[in-house]
Amino acid sequence: MLIFEQSRAGRRAHVQAPASAEDTPDIPESLLRETRPLLPEASEMQVVRHYTRLSQKNFSIDTQFYPLGSCTMKYNPRACNTLAMLPGFLARHPLAPESMGQGFLACMYELQEMLKAVTGMPAVSLTPAAGAQGEFTGVAMIRAWHDANGDTGRNEILVPDAAHGTNPATATMCGYQVHEIPTGKDGDVDVDALREAVGAHTAGIMLTNPSTLGVFERRIEEIAAIIHEAGGLLYYDGANLNAILGKVRPGDMGFDVIHMNLHKTFSTPHGGGGPGAGPVGVSKRLEPFLPVPVVGYDGDEYYWITEDVRPQSIGRLSTFMGNAGVLMRAYIYARMLGSEGMHRVADFATLNANYLMAKLTDAGFDVAFPERRATHEFIVTLKRQQKELGITAMDFAKRLLDYNMHAPTTYFPMLVPECLLIEPTETECKEDLDAFVDAMVKIQQEAETAPELLKEAPHTQPVRRLDEVRAAKQLDLVWSGKVD
Amino acid sequence: MSNIPVDLKYAKTHEWARVNDDGSITVGISDSAQDQLGDMVFVEVPETGQGVAAGEASAVVESVKAASDVYAPVAGEIVEVNEGLADSPETINTDVYGNGWIFRMTASDKSELDKLMDAETYESFLASEDH
Repeated sequence: MLIFEQSRAGRRAHVQAPASAEDTPDIPESLLRETRPLLPEASEMQVVRHYTRLSQKNFSIDTQFYPLGSCTMKYNPRACNTLAMLPGFLARHPLAPESMGQGFLACMYELQEMLKAVTGMPAVSLTPAAGAQGEFTGVAMIRAWHDANGDTGRNEILVPDAAHGTNPATATMCGYQVHEIPTGKDGDVDVDALREAVGAHTAGIMLTNPSTLGVFERRIEEIAAIIHEAGGLLYYDGANLNAILGKVRPGDMGFDVIHMNLHKTFSTPHGGGGPGAGPVGVSKRLEPFLPVPVVGYDGDEYYWITEDVRPQSIGRLSTFMGNAGVLMRAYIYARMLGSEGMHRVADFATLNANYLMAKLTDAGFDVAFPERRATHEFIVTLKRQQKELGITAMDFAKRLLDYNMHAPTTYFPMLVPECLLIEPTETECKEDLDAFVDAMVKIQQEAETAPELLKEAPHTQPVRRLDEVRAAKQLDLVWSGKVD
Repeated sequence: MSNIPVDLKYAKTHEWARVNDDGSITVGISDSAQDQLGDMVFVEVPETGQGVAAGEASAVVESVKAASDVYAPVAGEIVEVNEGLADSPETINTDVYGNGWIFRMTASDKSELDKLMDAETYESFLASEDH
């Protein structure tokens, strides 16, 4: 039931309401609305129960195993939240003088330094407000660099066919044509096809390493040389950074730009449209183009580096300097881990994925690249089950919900038919990984003996199988004031 | 097993091309492609009169699983688009080689059609992709 449907005229939750009209600021009459806003009227108790119930209907990392591949759904340590909420950070006004925010600026400066160290990129800007904006920033800087060199004929960005959909979207948003590079049978980029595709029109390539196929791009140095020889730049999509944190650095692989999804690797809460952070790191030659402001340090005081000293900057991406609260959480996470802890993130993220892959293989499941070691994630293909039993990856995914586990990513990457992209992350213990394997084995048995259990799943959730076509075609998300 | 009519030509990117009596070419996606993509929710068709290069992304099909480009099998000009797909994209799922066509074009060089696969070659191509 919607909160609107519980509404009764005149009912109030007094805690939040101003005691009288005199308590509201002196707003000119001409700006006051004539009709009351369409808001639900409910008691505090009703509101608490309503939203508590809603939260209980949700699958979340705090309540369930959540192996959603390519999303790095790991535990968000409570300490990060607690410390980022210290009144000094919360109450800081973004326009306060630098002298009054030295503590916060010091944290942001150190975060920049830590991200530089762990990615091997000489300069970092924290301002992009999400991963997608970080990607946009990265390609916008590639464009700005070519433009500054007078090299304006480059109109194409290369994107492997296994890439995240955001990569071609980003290139298009930045005014580039997208040229797709195929993947070889072993899961690596087809380097011969890449050689054929590069030329004087190549602005750069957008690459995820490890790729979305859950394997490490082994010929990355060769790829970097091919692109650089053609005069292009390399963009690193940081989505899968969790696998290599503290182990290999994109800067050392030859990348010129990287964006980092702090909500993945650095464990800030996943936004779902809420505040995010997608910092970018760049090679020395791209530093002048970084978005401002960036935090500087003269050995004595921290200060903002702005357009005045960075005239070639691509500009500002948000009103202030990005989402300060999210950046604080990432800073605290990184400080708690230290460089030794970052190694352990990659160690256990890859160990957990390889353990799951080995157990599922033993249990009779087909993995997409059995000859390759998994990175932090891997792909199971249910093509055989589809052919022999008529059971799809979606059926498995929906049935997993009945076992109280969030489904892995389904049907991505599209290169592998009937795929589940499974990423356990480093924060799961062995018992929970084993429980997932047990659930998969039971579902396989059900697929063979009682397939309708899968076809009609989920059975135990607040809603049954949803009509995805209708959800995509007839989005209806805004309260219209009418109850159907 | 996917349906591969013998009177059509096929591209490696899974489009089909039918040569009409007037010499124009009707283009859609193959049965295998629609099966892989699943239920269609949106189709973006090109403009009529638009010139396209062979292999140029000329339409977009979006399913519940993914959005994919549809490439022109040969170079030429778009002469007609399937307006019906705007309201009923699912026609691609239900009648992929008939009412599920996406656009009709003229070819600037008919010999480019020879570079496309016949049904038998496309069938073995699908089998080889099936790793």
